[in-house]
Amino acid sequence: MAEAQKVYEIPIGPIHPALKEPIRFTFQVEGERIRGVDVRPGFAHRGIEFMGLKRNLIQVLYLSERICGICSISHPIAITLAVERAAGIEVPPRAQYLRVIFSELERIHSHLLWAGVAAHELGFDTLLHLTWKVREEVLDVLEELSGNRIDYSIPIYGGVRRDIAPEQYPKVEAMIRHYRGLLEELLDAFLRDPSVAARTRGVGVLTAEEADSLCAVGPTARASGLAKDVRQDRPYLVYGELGVRAITPRDWGLEPRGDVYDKAVVRLLEIGQSLDLIEKCLHEMPDGEITAFPKIPALLAFLKKAEGEGLGWHEAPRGEVIHYIRLEAGVEEPVAWKVKAPTYSNLMSWVPMFRDQEVADIPIIAASIDPCMCCMDRVHVVQDGSPSTLLKEELLRLSRAKTERVLQGLSRVGGGA
Amino acid sequence: MILKTLFSQLLTRPPTNRFPAKYMPKSVLGFLGRVKEGKAELVPPVPVPPRFRGKIAYSREKCIGCQLCIRVCPAKVIEFLPEVKKIRMHVARCTFCAQCVDACPVGALSESPEFLLSDTDRRSPALTVE
Repeated sequence: MAEAQKVYEIPIGPIHPALKEPIRFTFQVEGERIRGVDVRPGFAHRGIEFMGLKRNLIQVLYLSERICGICSISHPIAITLAVERAAGIEVPPRAQYLRVIFSELERIHSHLLWAGVAAHELGFDTLLHLTWKVREEVLDVLEELSGNRIDYSIPIYGGVRRDIAPEQYPKVEAMIRHYRGLLEELLDAFLRDPSVAARTRGVGVLTAEEADSLCAVGPTARASGLAKDVRQDRPYLVYGELGVRAITPRDWGLEPRGDVYDKAVVRLLEIGQSLDLIEKCLHEMPDGEITAFPKIPALLAFLKKAEGEGLGWHEAPRGEVIHYIRLEAGVEEPVAWKVKAPTYSNLMSWVPMFRDQEVADIPIIAASIDPCMCCMDRVHVVQDGSPSTLLKEELLRLSRAKTERVLQGLSRVGGGA
Repeated sequence: MILKTLFSQLLTRPPTNRFPAKYMPKSVLGFLGRVKEGKAELVPPVPVPPRFRGKIAYSREKCIGCQLCIRVCPAKVIEFLPEVKKIRMHVARCTFCAQCVDACPVGALSESPEFLLSDTDRRSPALTVE
């Protein structure tokens, strides 16, 4: 027993009470310290892209909405932008403003949800119940405007499906006032609280260099000090005119350290930013049509004739979401559909964040990137009935083989054009 | 600040709605049975907003059997009845996107405020619209 084993392995997941969704961590632990981590995703893979290739584009829109329940407007916005670019559809200005309003409302409810989850992971359940109580206000407004608490079914190719009626304006404005008053209280409860700071300061640090090299997106990257926001860097809809600026902990008067505390700072400040954006949209929104295709049969016929490929991007509450779509004339279904959810980009940032942390901090570090496995899982490798690992060379070979297959298919369909 | 909020909550009503009864009954089904007999009173659910997307209402007379709703339905809720040229909807599958309401050219479909749709049998009459 002279040379006792010092590093132990702790497997956590795929199904574990500390995790909200299935994923497997294997921690190398030395005493209370984590020395390394192996992350294995793929347990929530549902083959959603494959399902999309068997449905017409309107059905795919609602399928995309169900990729994630919390980002249930981010995925539809990204796919509508992709299809509109592919088919060359012009979106009326009012519809663009309405899409921005709904996506910012979603950001508020998603960040409040995260704040509650984070408080719960810290064992601060009072704060969880308070945040989730105030989250109901924005859900009520969303229900009032869209008819559904989640899965709003608002964007459609060429516009949106519901307008904000004049009598609904006061309700939205009242919500903005309500949250403006509450935000100070929330910032106080989270950021000026000594026990929250003690549990989150210096925990799960992701430096700016690591965030940059691992291509982290969204609040995870911004908390490390990278001023990276799709709404600012590649404006779409009317975000360019609204003048969005990426929020980093510097807006709270602190030098970014990239720990869990900074991630809370970014998310809570973004609630205020979203409130400003909604207010600005309500004032600046022009009157007019809300969709380019008021009749659904006309839209179906137009999409069937459309040909081309398009990329749609959107800053979801968790970061950048990208949809790629390819349409061919004469078929109602998309020929190719690829979804990249924000968690896919943020997953690898767990590895440096977990290094040299304590076992007790695992839940809060895991929650700090606001992971969404069901958004992200696009592949699950099963061979001979058991999961296996694909190495880079093998993946490269498969990818090249697929390119060749696709090229052969293209020359057959397009006649070498 | 948080302490102030907590103490003020001692004097205010809870934000949650105590549905279906103020205290959890021993048997929910038994309680609902007593409500039907008029022996107990149901705490009403939170009212829904005016344009709530609930169970889809169907007007059989207006329907012309064009099957457009079937083409746009993402959850394949709607079944076509070819002999009468009408539709049957299986609400248990419905995702409440109301795309069929937008697609219907004659306004035979509409959103109803009804949302208490739980049942033990997915083919029960309460979950079938025709």
